[in-house]
Amino acid sequence: MKPVHTSDCSNSIISIGLVLFIMTAALLTGCESMDTVAQIGTAVGVATGTIGPSQAESIQKSAKAVARSFQDFTPEQEYYIGRTVGAVIVNKYKPYHNPAANRYINLLGQSLARASDLPETFGGYHFLILDSDEINAFAASGGFIFITRGLLRCCRDEDAAAAVLAHEIGHIQSRHGLQAIKKSRITSALTTLAVEGTKTFSGQDLAELVSTFEGSIADITTTLINNGYSREFEQQADRAAVTILQRVGYDPNGLVEMLNIMRERLRPGGLDFAKTHPSPVRRMTEIGKIIGPYRAMAKPDVRQQRFSEYLGGI
Amino acid sequence: MNRIPSALAVAMAISLAAAVVAAENLMSIQIKKGQLRTTPSFLGKIVAELNYADQVAVLEKKDAWLKVRTPAKNIAGWLHASALTSKKIILKPGASDVAQAASSDEVALAGKGFSEQVEREFKSRNPQLDYAWIIQMERMVVSQEQMEQFLKDGKLAPEGGIR
Repeated sequence: MKPVHTSDCSNSIISIGLVLFIMTAALLTGCESMDTVAQIGTAVGVATGTIGPSQAESIQKSAKAVARSFQDFTPEQEYYIGRTVGAVIVNKYKPYHNPAANRYINLLGQSLARASDLPETFGGYHFLILDSDEINAFAASGGFIFITRGLLRCCRDEDAAAAVLAHEIGHIQSRHGLQAIKKSRITSALTTLAVEGTKTFSGQDLAELVSTFEGSIADITTTLINNGYSREFEQQADRAAVTILQRVGYDPNGLVEMLNIMRERLRPGGLDFAKTHPSPVRRMTEIGKIIGPYRAMAKPDVRQQRFSEYLGGI
Repeated sequence: MNRIPSALAVAMAISLAAAVVAAENLMSIQIKKGQLRTTPSFLGKIVAELNYADQVAVLEKKDAWLKVRTPAKNIAGWLHASALTSKKIILKPGASDVAQAASSDEVALAGKGFSEQVEREFKSRNPQLDYAWIIQMERMVVSQEQMEQFLKDGKLAPEGGIR
């Protein structure tokens, strides 16, 4: 019996080596050629007797997972990413304790979200005002949206507040948060998932998955808080905002009015939208290309009254 | 009556029914709770509530809305396409389901990958991070009536722009 055990042991060391080789090759060569690398690697393993046919099959399946992208996260996974990103944000910026104002923001925001291209998310859309003078807002994957008092002070009417929320809904609908996760981490998350079913790795797998999760949260929060999205993503969110506003019946000039006030208030070198967003002037120019020159808005009384009641003293 | 032709007819009917079932376009609810509505709009009356991973048969499509039927209760209604996936969602996946999901685009696993379990583990590594406000946010839910009233009062699009 003993020699068999020794042979089993050395075989499994070699097969672990091969798995590592395949995974390293994946990182070095990128995702597209991964299937080929895995096939070659596993073929060598099977031919030399170091990998059993069933192990070979499982490695090739993992390789298929390696070739996937952020789009392969289910809405459920997106929701769990969003919850933790949201927790990081609300621990850094404290919540604004004003139930009436938060309720109003949710009425407005949830009505807007239903007119977006992604009205249904795993856990729905939820909005919270942050007790900060910074001009800032954050959209955490799956529908957790945060807006600072400082940003709401740039709004003089409901149409402008709607524009702020619609822009954040635009980030959610295009799944920009997930795209901030480093590709190697997405690969790692989906690979771990693929090999999770094989008996060999179970406990260690969870630990790896949690580390990958931790890294993914850091990727997203760093982007939201420090680096900002690309100019292209911001334009996409502004375009989505215009569409959503028009569908609900708000005037997209509200976005222009809000940006014009923001332009006066942003301080150069500020750690908020001054750092993470294209300049208001640039955004106004781009929006003008869609909706034409700025026109003063009609402001229905009821809308103005409720805006003043809930956000007037923000 | 001759027994053989009737047995044949029954067999044919069964195989025909099987073919119809096979041809049905099945989709799964990919969100926590999905509401079936009488019309292709969020203003449509809710006729049934469906759970994550429930399967439905697609009957009709209109813009971003799908008319579906629940095989279990045989109720038909409309759902926005973003609530549905063409994948089959497995609620308590075993090892073979994991292997299948890794190689197939037709299956998704509930509670795998970044999941409740991973969040729990992450929380134990980061006990200082407080989720109380996330839980609080999730309780901030606006009812359909409140939303309709809000849009109506604000002289916003009668359909609320809600497609």
